[in-house]
Amino acid sequence: MAYTTLADDLKELHHPKTWVGKYVWSQDHKVIAVQYMLTAVAIGLVALVLSDLMRLQIGFPGSVGFITPEAYYQMITMHGMIMVIYLLTALLLGGFGNYLIPLMLGARDMVFPFVNMMSYWVYLLSVLVLVSSFFVPGGPTGAGWTLYPPQAILPGTPGRDWGIILMLASLAIFIIAFTMGGLNYVTTVLQARTRGMTMMRMPLSVWGIFIATILALLAFPALFVGAVMMMLDRVLGTSFFMPALVSQGQLLGYRGGSPILFQHLFWFFGHPEVYIVALPAFGIVSDLLSVHARKNIFGYRMMVWAIVIIGGLSFVVWAHHMYVSGMNPYFGFFFATSTLIIAVPTAIKVYNWVLTLWRGNIHFTVPMLFAIAFIFTFINGGLTGLFLGNVSVDVPLSGTYFVVAHFHMVMGVSPILVIFGAIYHWYPKITGRMWNERLGNIHFWFTFIGTYAIYFPMHYLGFLGMPRRYYEYGKTAFIPDSAHTLNAFITVAALIVGVSQLIFFYNLIWSYFYGPKASSNPWRATTLEWQTPDTPAAHGNWGPKLPVVYRWAYDYSVPGAPEDFIPQNVPADGASRHHQT
Amino acid sequence: MPMAIAVAVLIVASVLFHLLSPWYFTPIASNWTSIDNAVDITFWVTGAVFVAVNSFMVYALVRYRKRKGSKAHYEPENASLEKRLTIWTAFGIAALLAPGLYAWSQFVNIPVNASVLEAVGQQWAWSFRFPGKDGVLGTTDAEFVDDNNPFGLNPNDPYGKDDVLIADNTVHIPLGKPVKMVLRSKDVLHDFFVPEFRARMNLVPGLVTYFWFTPTKTGKYEILCAQLCGVGHYTMRGYVIVDDQRTFDAWLKKQPTYAQSIAAR
Repeated sequence: MAYTTLADDLKELHHPKTWVGKYVWSQDHKVIAVQYMLTAVAIGLVALVLSDLMRLQIGFPGSVGFITPEAYYQMITMHGMIMVIYLLTALLLGGFGNYLIPLMLGARDMVFPFVNMMSYWVYLLSVLVLVSSFFVPGGPTGAGWTLYPPQAILPGTPGRDWGIILMLASLAIFIIAFTMGGLNYVTTVLQARTRGMTMMRMPLSVWGIFIATILALLAFPALFVGAVMMMLDRVLGTSFFMPALVSQGQLLGYRGGSPILFQHLFWFFGHPEVYIVALPAFGIVSDLLSVHARKNIFGYRMMVWAIVIIGGLSFVVWAHHMYVSGMNPYFGFFFATSTLIIAVPTAIKVYNWVLTLWRGNIHFTVPMLFAIAFIFTFINGGLTGLFLGNVSVDVPLSGTYFVVAHFHMVMGVSPILVIFGAIYHWYPKITGRMWNERLGNIHFWFTFIGTYAIYFPMHYLGFLGMPRRYYEYGKTAFIPDSAHTLNAFITVAALIVGVSQLIFFYNLIWSYFYGPKASSNPWRATTLEWQTPDTPAAHGNWGPKLPVVYRWAYDYSVPGAPEDFIPQNVPADGASRHHQT
Repeated sequence: MPMAIAVAVLIVASVLFHLLSPWYFTPIASNWTSIDNAVDITFWVTGAVFVAVNSFMVYALVRYRKRKGSKAHYEPENASLEKRLTIWTAFGIAALLAPGLYAWSQFVNIPVNASVLEAVGQQWAWSFRFPGKDGVLGTTDAEFVDDNNPFGLNPNDPYGKDDVLIADNTVHIPLGKPVKMVLRSKDVLHDFFVPEFRARMNLVPGLVTYFWFTPTKTGKYEILCAQLCGVGHYTMRGYVIVDDQRTFDAWLKKQPTYAQSIAAR
């Protein structure tokens, strides 16, 4: 039976005719990607400023007059939620997912461009709802980003009147937005690959984004349900998460709900969320390392399977966030074991990154510096996960600064380093201009060394037993003065890192207008996005004919080939070797 | 090259920081040396991996940096190397998991001779209750809580009458006797955290949670709430004073029972 696949490209393209159609109500995945990136970075900047303000309070208590305990708890809450959801998730999946999937797979666009556009605008709405909570009476919620009930919806927590309602509403809206985008990414990967682009020829960036999207589609509903139930508890007085309790001397009408149920729902989402952020970063950094080391990624098939296995396992480890939550302690045996098993495929990925550098031809470009910094940072953050995952080892460390240091290292700094590397890497394709290398280097060194100076010593405050989410420590017998000095040092480092990001923004903005024109493939990379006829790629990406793929994504330094890279759309000939995948 | 040097310096600096750091676990004051041992083993294994993998990376960065005429090697995969790495990693993980689960098996098994002490949390204060002569804590409910009955004891429960109430943020416990801490919250989540004891647990309203430890050193230890419980979270402190048995008995005798506290009103 004759049938056509989407890749056969029989659809006619309707190019937008107006400026608004091109850049505002755009259905072009590249424009939507940039919209996602700019919005995510803008709200991320708010979270960055909040983090420096709270660091000022921790390092120099009382030095900033307006940081009351209420304001402090509102800052930590908004910082955490913005960074995890509205920056990292949105930027990696909405931003890079949108930009890379069609271009790397040789598609003209996402499969459902209109839904894709809607995804962005609904995401923007969720951001606006979130931001609006800064301006309502009582301000945003100060419940901590985990929003644990009963505290989150009771008096005694800042933002109890409006802030928490807007937070829950914003999360629900975000999840709707993400679902529209996510269905698109998965369908596009499965259906719109060009001729010859088998699954096992896809670049690891796409693999990471693809699996992360599947995780998100399965995990976010748990958060959605949790948010809806908590909203009902708050607004209608239901008791999903609320037992009988006496709040500030007042017996409330709740009865029979379970606060731990919320924690299960939250972490059933929350742990896969770590990998929703990490897997795209894993994928992207694999490609950065390969391109800039001029060498194929080592053990491609193992890397793919590691991503898939990590994704699967990430659904059976969630309660390692709850070892001391009061859940049945016997769960600890299972969740510690599943958590430590996940370290095996993760370690394999680390080995293969390092083995990609081994016998490579390492070009120390700015994207490569960030990729190497990622490996170093991720090794550190991954190893401290072995403390916290291992149930009894977690007991003395849970809820201390060790946890803060660990998760910032592993899912804050690590993916951010990849994001910086990725932005520098694809900027020439996105804008058609090249950034300033010296500024890129300066930005890199401040960011890499600065973040390590922030988070490495922080682990030791956790060993000491300093709990997180403390507005101030006052006089506590076991905390020596030197710990406060260390906190001041960390604050100074955080301020330097925060301010140094201005270099990054200056570089990108300046280069957009005045940077030298970039060639279509400045890194001499093999993947399809660098083989577009126009730079930046035009609407429809490929001109009249779709590219055809003949080889895997990693034909670097193939013996006998005239160049040290062979693009995926170059047919096999005598001079090049055809890899079995 | 600067990158290789930077990573090398960071490896050395991290190890030195660890060795010279004045900030580390407080001296342990409970039986939970098995937890400390599991931490130590984890530290040695992960520390060795940290140094080994990063050092290998530094070597690769130096040895295979771009030079005139240099070219990368073409080797898509190496199944036997990948298999060996996987197996060794699995062994390493098992070596970490075993002491962790061993300590946990002790953690979940409460000694039969453990005495019971209840800690009650509320925004933002601690109070405590001993089960009294009958060794059984009386039942409680949020409905019973009022100014005259801050613990919310069931006035009709005979087991509650002899419960000893400590309406104060400081509690005493006897040295060397295992204690089963029974935890109850009146309002939101809290966490009973004494760093020196290592063991700890959340307080969950609507639920009674527990953990156990044996104090091994006399002294005064600070309780910090370690689960965000609202705007006064950081002020929610209490004290555990570990006494020898005789001092403890003398102290306990002076504390009022529930029946006495009703009679006094």
